[in-house]
Amino acid sequence: MIEIGLGHYLTLAAIIFTIGIIGIFLNRKNVIIILMSIELILLAVNINLVSFSVYLQNLVGQVFAMFILTVAAAESAVGLAIIVIYYKNKGSINVEHISSLKG
Amino acid sequence: MEYAIVLLPLLGSIISGFFGKRLGAKSCQILTSSFVSISAILSFFIFYDVLTQDYSSNKLIFTWISSGSFHVNWSINIDPLTSVMLVVVSLISSIIHFYSIGYMDDDPHKARFMAYLSLFTFAMLTLVTADNFLQLYFGWEGVGLCSYLLIGFWYKKPSANAAAIKAFIVNRVGDFGLAIGIFLIFFFYGTVNYNEVFQQTPLLIQKQVIFLGIEFNLITLICLLLFVGAMGKSAQILLHTWLPDAMEGPTPVSALIHAATMVTAGVFLVVRCSPIFEYSQVALNVVTAVGMTTAFFAATVALVQNDIKKIVAYSTCSQLGYMFFAVGVGAYHVAIFHLFTHAFFKALLFLGSGCVIHSFNDEQDIRSMGGVWKKIPFTYVLMVIGTLALTGFPFLSGYYSKEAIIEFAYLRGSTIGYFAAAVGIFTALLTAIYSWRLIFKTFHGKYNNKESNLSSIHESPLTMLIPSCLLAIGAILTGILFKEMFIGYDSSQFWNSSILFLQSIPHEYPPTWLLVITPTVVIITIPIAYYLFVANEKILKNFVLKNQVIYNFLVNKWYFDELYNFIFVEPLKKIGLFFWKKGDINTIDRYGPDGLSRLVKIISDKAVHFQSGYLYHYAFVMLIGFSILLTYLILY
Repeated sequence: MIEIGLGHYLTLAAIIFTIGIIGIFLNRKNVIIILMSIELILLAVNINLVSFSVYLQNLVGQVFAMFILTVAAAESAVGLAIIVIYYKNKGSINVEHISSLKG
Repeated sequence: MEYAIVLLPLLGSIISGFFGKRLGAKSCQILTSSFVSISAILSFFIFYDVLTQDYSSNKLIFTWISSGSFHVNWSINIDPLTSVMLVVVSLISSIIHFYSIGYMDDDPHKARFMAYLSLFTFAMLTLVTADNFLQLYFGWEGVGLCSYLLIGFWYKKPSANAAAIKAFIVNRVGDFGLAIGIFLIFFFYGTVNYNEVFQQTPLLIQKQVIFLGIEFNLITLICLLLFVGAMGKSAQILLHTWLPDAMEGPTPVSALIHAATMVTAGVFLVVRCSPIFEYSQVALNVVTAVGMTTAFFAATVALVQNDIKKIVAYSTCSQLGYMFFAVGVGAYHVAIFHLFTHAFFKALLFLGSGCVIHSFNDEQDIRSMGGVWKKIPFTYVLMVIGTLALTGFPFLSGYYSKEAIIEFAYLRGSTIGYFAAAVGIFTALLTAIYSWRLIFKTFHGKYNNKESNLSSIHESPLTMLIPSCLLAIGAILTGILFKEMFIGYDSSQFWNSSILFLQSIPHEYPPTWLLVITPTVVIITIPIAYYLFVANEKILKNFVLKNQVIYNFLVNKWYFDELYNFIFVEPLKKIGLFFWKKGDINTIDRYGPDGLSRLVKIISDKAVHFQSGYLYHYAFVMLIGFSILLTYLILY
């Protein structure tokens, strides 16, 4: 039986973080997926915070995790609202087509 | 009174120059003309005072420069020489102001023209009333500027612009000499005020200076440099090329600036500096030689010109030559006397030519004139009076002054003096020939103009004829009236201290043959000229055909323009083109402003590829940047 320690948690968080980042780059289709990837990154950070909080016997980390969840919820609400408005204007949320900043 | 003389023309010029549009052309013409006339009348008062009471004064306008021991004032200095110049300048100028009212009748820029004329008068008056070299230089440049503006008055004509620029640049060469002369005076005397300079001159006779690696006597060097300035302004040979071209300007301008006043500024300068020139025999000989050459050269060229104004212009050049060799043989007062009489008859000739040009509807070529003396009798009489005075017909003004020049040259007794007298007599012959050629070709013989028929030839308006009549009276009478005063036995009393004669003026009578020869030659020339130019033109045509080389040499003005083109203009143009094309455009611009902007453009063209517009690229760059920053912060 393996003892589940801090290392495992951190590894998990790192894996989720990496998946989130790669999700941003590799995704060529949908803006919502980018939003989800950002959520993943935030969650990875949360896992880090909570695991360190338990490890160090310090509650501040968990309090912080609650804050981040709240902010993330608000942030995804705003992000989704932007996407809805964008869809109304352009008729598509395909990442390939969002290129009006091209020089 | 002195202030009014000098400043009224300036006031008139400012008013009609800046408010001409608001005031209207008519009031500008009246205003400037009356202002200049007032100053002419006041000049006469001054002249009378100087004549009767030996009046002299030095009125300060304000201090110009006061630095350590160096003081220069703006001032109005009245002495006999100045009073004569004041009368000449302001009188001729006011007459020409009135004449211009008639002549410029259908020109759209009357106010501007009057403003320039008045400004010129002001500059010329400051030049002659200066009591130091710096103010003289100001006036000198002022008249140069006005000459430029007035030659190029019809700025839409390319030839007028070219002539204006030519006049300005050739004058610049002369002015450079004058400027160096004044620098030298300041450097060695420590002052530029006439009185102090003239007082110190005898102390510096022996001083030697090294200039351009050659050792010169200081006084000689200063005189020669001042004379270079005088040569430029007075169109002496080598620097004369601008004067004939200056005839592109309106005729009143030619009369005022390029005959009566501005071109005589050089003579005035040399006479004014007589206390310096008297101490340098070398410089005086150079002046004589240049004067002689110019008198002869210009007269030969005038023989074959066909433009009525160019003939008169070359005649001016030639008469200025007379004045200079008079100066060169030490007869300063005679030079000023000739300047005085010349101003009247030459202005008259120009105004007469203006009337002729006006009558022929702007035709200037004497080959397409002729046979009109009955149609325009007033103009004809005026021109004949001017011609008689110019050629030195007995008892007209030119007779006294020209005779006196030749006599004084002869009485000087030196080789160069005899030579000058001979050249003077020969030039008088040439003068008579070309002047009568002008008259006969213009007024006699067959009517040759194809463009307008004989009945359309009309007399000029009264505004042009009356001023010319005034000048005609001057051309007839000035000689008799002022002879005693200017060049008589007691003349040195009149000139007082304004002219220095180191050698006393010779008082003995010249031999009778010398007195008789010039008038005789001049009178005999009249029928000969009539025979050659009207009665029997074939002789002359054959002569020209046989001597084509000489004829071409004269028609092309001794090839001076071509020579200068070859030596100066073309190489300078090439150098200029080189610096423009290769130096400026291909080097400085290419690697300077143009190069930098091109570099920026290249870089930004490359940088634009970063802006792909894809969201994930931006995010990626953000993350990479963030991690690099973090790594940096953690590691260091």
